[in-house]
Amino acid sequence: MSRKPRDKRMSIDDVIGSLESGMTIGIGGWGPRRKPMALVRALYNSDLTDLTIVSWGGADVGLLARAGKIRKLVYAFVSLDSVPLEPNFQRARQTKAVPEVVELDEGMFQTGLRAAAQRLPFLPMRAGLGSDVLVNNPWIRTVTSPYPDPDGVREDLVAVPALNLDVALVHLNRADMHGNAAYLGPDPYFDDLFAMAAQRTYVSVEQVLDTAGLTVDTPVQRLLLSRMMVEGVVETPNGAHFTTCTPDYERDERFQREYAAAAGGSDEDWQAFHDRFLAGDEASYQAAVKAFHEESDR
Amino acid sequence: MTDWTRADVCAAAIADAFSQDGEIFASPMGLLPTLGVRLAKLTSNPDLVISDGESLFLGGVPPLGGTDVVEGWIPFRRVFDVVAYGKRHVMMGATQVDRHGNQNISAIGDFAQPKRQLLGSRGAPGNTVNNRTSYWVPKHSPRVFVEQVDIVSGVGPARAKAAGPAAARFNDVHRIVTNLAVLDVRGPADTVRLLSVHPGVTVDEVVDATGFDLAVPADVPSTRAPSYEELILIREMLDPKGLRFREVPDAAEAAQR
Repeated sequence: MSRKPRDKRMSIDDVIGSLESGMTIGIGGWGPRRKPMALVRALYNSDLTDLTIVSWGGADVGLLARAGKIRKLVYAFVSLDSVPLEPNFQRARQTKAVPEVVELDEGMFQTGLRAAAQRLPFLPMRAGLGSDVLVNNPWIRTVTSPYPDPDGVREDLVAVPALNLDVALVHLNRADMHGNAAYLGPDPYFDDLFAMAAQRTYVSVEQVLDTAGLTVDTPVQRLLLSRMMVEGVVETPNGAHFTTCTPDYERDERFQREYAAAAGGSDEDWQAFHDRFLAGDEASYQAAVKAFHEESDR
Repeated sequence: MTDWTRADVCAAAIADAFSQDGEIFASPMGLLPTLGVRLAKLTSNPDLVISDGESLFLGGVPPLGGTDVVEGWIPFRRVFDVVAYGKRHVMMGATQVDRHGNQNISAIGDFAQPKRQLLGSRGAPGNTVNNRTSYWVPKHSPRVFVEQVDIVSGVGPARAKAAGPAAARFNDVHRIVTNLAVLDVRGPADTVRLLSVHPGVTVDEVVDATGFDLAVPADVPSTRAPSYEELILIREMLDPKGLRFREVPDAAEAAQR
C-alpha cells in the first residue's frame, strides 16, 4: 500500500467533466497575467451554461462571455493591458449578453475572497463607500463599527460579502502530482485566496515535478498552494497562453492583437478566429498558434 | 532655456503634485504620470517610493521602460495593503470628471447596458476613500469634464462627506493635471477649481473646454515653466525617445507634419 498522498493528476477533460452548469467558478491570475487559459478554452468549448464567473478579468472573461457561458459576472475590471478594453467583454456588456453583473472595487474583490477563505459572511472595508459600486449593487450593505473612534464616531463601513466559489481554476508554473504548486514569476496574484475561497480547486501548470524538485532551485516561499487546497493537477505546457507565465513565457502580444481584432471585428471575423484556433482541443490550439507564428514570421 | 514643450510643462506640474508627499508610495497610472513622478523623485522629493508598475520597488530612478536597483516587493496584494495603510498617492486616468471631482472609468451611459463599456471601476473606489488621489487628463475637453459622471468610480469630496465619516476621513482628491491646466477640488461646495493655466493657454480656453461651471479665482497664475535642470532630466535621462509626445503632442512638431 502506498504511504504517499494521492496522485491528483488529471486531464483537461476530467476537470471540465467534473463541473456542472450553474456553478460559481473563480478564475485566478490577474487581467492578462497567468490565467488558466487551457482550462478556460475547454470551458468555452464545453456544454456548460449559466455560470457565475468571478475574475479580475482578461481574455478569460472575454472568451466565456463570447460563448454565452456567463449568467453572472463578478469583476473589478476586464482588460488586456496593452489592449486596454477587452472587445468581447465590451460587446457582451453593450448588448446585455451577460444578464447579471457585479462590478466591485479591486480591493473589495480581494476582501470578498478573503472572507470566503476565512469562512466569514463578510469583512469590513472602506472601499466602495460613496461610489456607485454600492448604488449598482444595493444588496451590498454597510455595517456600523461597534467600537467608537477617539472622537466617539462609530464608522459605517462596507460589509464586503464573501465571494464563495464552487470551483477555482488557477495556473502556476510548477506542481507535484499531489497539488503542491509554485509560482516563479513576479507576483503570486491571489491564487491561494481563490483556492481557499473554493470548495474545489484545479491547478494547471507548465510542468509537473517530483516534490523534491519544487524547491531544488526555487525558494520555498514560492510554494503558494498546499495540496490540501487542491483537488486536481493538470499539466498544460503553454497553458496560460496568450497571457503571461513569467519566466516560462511572456504575453504573446502579436497573438493578443489578433484575438482583439477578431473580437472587435465582424461576426465573420470572430467565426474565422474561432474556427482557426478555438474549435478543437488544446493540442490543436497550440498547433494553430505555432502555425500562426511561423506564418507571421515569414 | 525657453524651448520647453507642453508635455514638459505637464510633467513638471505632475511632479509638483507629488513634491510635498514625503516618504510614500507614488503610484502613477500611465505614461505622463510616470514621467512626472520620476521627475519629482529626482528633484523635489527624493524620498518618494516608486515601483516598476509591476511588482518591484525601485531604489533608483530609471528612464521610462527601464529598470533599476530593487528595494522592495509590491505585488498586487501588497498594493491593497498599502492603499488601506494610506501611505500612497495614486495618479489615475479619468474618462469623465464632474463638477464635484467624481471620476468615471467604468462605463459610459446606463450601467445596466452601457453605450460604451470601459475598464470597470478598478481600484478607484478604494483609492479615493483611503489615500491621496490625483487625476491626469491628456485631452481636456467637455467630453471629459462633464456636469455629472455617468458612473462614480472615484469619489469626490462632496460624495465622500455625504457617505459619512468613514468615507470622508481619508478622502483626499489632490490635483487634476490636464494638457491645459492644473485644477483641484477646493472650489465652492467642494467643486473643481482652476489653479493655473499652462503657458500659452488662456483662462477662457480652459473654461470653454470644461463642460461644467468651473470655479475660476479672480487671479489665475500661469503654471510654472520647467527648470533647466528638469528639462535636461526629462530629455536626456527619463524620456530621450520622446514618448511623452504621444500623449501631449508638441505643437511645433505637429505643425511640421
